[in-house]
Amino acid sequence: MEHIVIIGNGISGVTLARHVRKLSDKRITIISGETDFFFSRTALMYIYMGHMKFEHTQPYENWFWEKNRIELKKGFVSKVETETKTLHFKEGDTLQYDKLIIATGSKPNKFGWPGQDLEGTLGMYHKQDLEKLEKYAPNKDVCKRAVIVGGGLIGIELAEMLNSRSIPVTFLVREDSFWNGVLPQGESEMINRHIKNHHIDLRLSTNLRAINSDENGKVKSVIIEETGEELECNVVGLTAGVAPNIDFLKDSGIEIGRGVKVNRFLETNIPDIYSIGDCAEQHEAIGNRRPIEAVWYTGRMMGETLAQTICGNRIAYKPGHWFNSAKFLDIEYQTYGWVFAERGRPEHEVHFHWKHEDDTKCITIAYDKNTNEFLGINNFGIRMRHEVFDRWLTEKRDLDYVINHLPEANFDPEFYSKFEKDILKAYNNQLQTV
Amino acid sequence: MSLAKPDALDITTKQKVALAIGVIGLFIFTLALFNTNFPNKGLFLTLSLGSIIGGIIIYSREAYLTKLEGIKNDGVWFKSISSRGILGWILGVILTSFYIVLYFFPKYLGLGTDGEANTGLISLFDPLSHLLSGRDASQWFVYGTLYTVAILAFGYKFILKYRHNRYQQLRTVSVMFFQLGFAFLIPEFMYVMNNDLPYYDLKSIWPLNYYIFDEWSVNGFLSNGNIGIALLLFGIISIFVITPILTYKYGKRWYCSWVCGCGGLAETAGDSFRQLSSKKMSAWKLERWLIHTVLVFSIVMTVAMIYTYLGYDKNDFWLTRDVFIVSVIGFLTLVFATVMIFKRHELGKDAKYGAIGYFIVIILLLVMHFTGTTDHLFYIKAGALRSAYGIYIGSIFSGVIGTGFYPILGNRSWCRFGCPMAAILGFQQRLFSKFRITTNGGQCISCGNCSNSCEMGIDVRAYAQKGENIVRSSCVGCGVCSAVCPRGVLKLENDSMEGRINPTEILLGNDVDLMDFVNQK
Repeated sequence: MEHIVIIGNGISGVTLARHVRKLSDKRITIISGETDFFFSRTALMYIYMGHMKFEHTQPYENWFWEKNRIELKKGFVSKVETETKTLHFKEGDTLQYDKLIIATGSKPNKFGWPGQDLEGTLGMYHKQDLEKLEKYAPNKDVCKRAVIVGGGLIGIELAEMLNSRSIPVTFLVREDSFWNGVLPQGESEMINRHIKNHHIDLRLSTNLRAINSDENGKVKSVIIEETGEELECNVVGLTAGVAPNIDFLKDSGIEIGRGVKVNRFLETNIPDIYSIGDCAEQHEAIGNRRPIEAVWYTGRMMGETLAQTICGNRIAYKPGHWFNSAKFLDIEYQTYGWVFAERGRPEHEVHFHWKHEDDTKCITIAYDKNTNEFLGINNFGIRMRHEVFDRWLTEKRDLDYVINHLPEANFDPEFYSKFEKDILKAYNNQLQTV
Repeated sequence: MSLAKPDALDITTKQKVALAIGVIGLFIFTLALFNTNFPNKGLFLTLSLGSIIGGIIIYSREAYLTKLEGIKNDGVWFKSISSRGILGWILGVILTSFYIVLYFFPKYLGLGTDGEANTGLISLFDPLSHLLSGRDASQWFVYGTLYTVAILAFGYKFILKYRHNRYQQLRTVSVMFFQLGFAFLIPEFMYVMNNDLPYYDLKSIWPLNYYIFDEWSVNGFLSNGNIGIALLLFGIISIFVITPILTYKYGKRWYCSWVCGCGGLAETAGDSFRQLSSKKMSAWKLERWLIHTVLVFSIVMTVAMIYTYLGYDKNDFWLTRDVFIVSVIGFLTLVFATVMIFKRHELGKDAKYGAIGYFIVIILLLVMHFTGTTDHLFYIKAGALRSAYGIYIGSIFSGVIGTGFYPILGNRSWCRFGCPMAAILGFQQRLFSKFRITTNGGQCISCGNCSNSCEMGIDVRAYAQKGENIVRSSCVGCGVCSAVCPRGVLKLENDSMEGRINPTEILLGNDVDLMDFVNQK
């Protein structure tokens, strides 16, 4: 029986395994050094916040794997021998595969800051990071202040986590407004204010120079690059993005760039070896997507796609319309299609922006200034239907249509205040002034 | 992970004061329980109820109004009381003991027997009972008052907790209204107007209200002229007309989380325990057996009870034993046949269990009809079934376990495992209702907040991460899964029956051709 071996038990690898099982009788093994069972990485924050326990982040009960004949192996792969199709483990043992899927995800970026490996520094990606945080920041007495470096999605989650235990947070963001490489100005500024409303010390246009150690090799303070100011703290969260977690593949002969290089079929340069999820890097980006997509949804979609190829129906990874979501403290965010920030915005893309006076809800609709074609929407504090926007994008609806049909897309709970009329009014006013 | 409770989650000084005020109120109850004879009972009752309510109000305002609007679940699994810690167990034992005493030993609460005056805790409530209906308090009056106070005070807390969510607020106001008006005040006023009428909480529907067709109750209605007959008719119409229509339009939530008293207590006082319900597959299996067994039991018991007293006065009433048994069997057969003809494909292998259940009921009824005598049914004394049901289901299951075990099994274990009304409504919700929880395309991140907060133990995430709508008979539509979802994936909706159940292999957002290829198979 063909042996499918998957390195990594995240959403990509597990989705692949489930679909291969549905489609075939192949032997399947999933390897992880991180945890015994699949868990939802995006939910790690809720464990620290006390909303859930670790076991609640596991989408399948522990009997699920045996019942579906998916073997689980705990261990770290140290070397891949492609000629003999053998995996070598740090622990010393080996495993043969017929087909190998690399789905090892990411690891937090570190940019060579002095002191970046001191005790008390951590990323927020692996379960082990959470355990570290629990150790160094169990409460506000042990951790009198935490500094977070890097203003992205993980950074703001870490800030929310620490905030839930009343630990003072200083949040260093390189950009002059939160996540404005992705979010247009109006939204980014709204989130700046929301962060500050949560009493988080947000420092924009601020970089880290160094992390200082106390006499025991523990974090004592950080130095700010711009001002030279020293901030005392006990924990430093390094959340300046992630990079593919593929160090163990050096010298394996598998082609590597920043991630594992794959073609549209998610195949590497070596036959029978594939890569999916955060660690896969497309030779050429697909549409407006990045070559490396470190997003939950894309990992899942790659898993769904590759299962077909592995089971004899070779098909390319051809994702549909872009979508994503996040939550910034209390403000939910969804996006459908493409809405670009000021940086990197195509010349033909222009925006309609509406913001509610309570400063927690807004939408930005991107459209083509020549054709008026709807390109995408960012919605904050208002839930929208994925299915409806997916359809409108396929049908290439124009801005007018979208604005006038917004009520169809509303996905807020029943009895919520609706803002479509306000949005329409703002839209009509704007047209008159233009 | 962390054994030590994070100190950062300690309550504020103001909350400590609020707790102290509430405890003083409870302490007055305790003194009364031990037969302290307060000089001015009205004053002390006001003082105790006032400080309990006041304590809860102050505590909640400090907990929620000092923070921005949003989901407030920080530390739920760290707090001893809400994570089966020592405080949780202590509270469970206190509540359970209270229920045992209430149901089986009311004299320990001070209930006066044989016309004697009340003493102890019950006598403390005499002034309020006199005020409302002019009679002495009973253990049920004490219980009803405390129950109502709990729903009102913790309802206020819940409204503050979800002050950004109007669905949560409205349904909470609704259960507070129905508890205060329908369960508490109206029955008292009805007594004042006509003291022969049996206690009747208009919103409590058979089979949850299992005593409505008791002989004393029916006689009570019948002997009270038009008003009595109207009430009895309302009870029957509630079951056969109002309930099916509302459940078709809105799902069982219209009852379970907007009207019902059991649900009302669970959603307010029980809210802190919702995450404790088991989401295991094994719990779901147990649930389906248990709740349907109770349903069968309650139907057979009710039929047997009515059958018994129909036998007492022969032929002076059109409804004879024969007519009754034939119409019951006819009705059940009609329901069964309708489901099998129209919904068989949806039920899959559950159709088999449904058929087994149906035939068990029919056989039991036939056995009863052909072996029963005037005094004996199923070879046991008539009425024994009714008292067994009253003790084991009505008291022990719904009260002692259902509410007493809130801090251990979660706040809806009665609704989930035992309530026959929930079983009937759920049956209809699953098959003939416009209600569903819609999943928002491919947006689920499998975080588990929805499952964790489901008081009915539904593994919501299992559906959401497949992009599948949630159509489950047990769902009471509380809407908390939707509220806590960080990615806006879940929405409670009433929409057309078409496409309500939509299992998919591959979620929206992927290659359109692949989705077509896989999902159409």
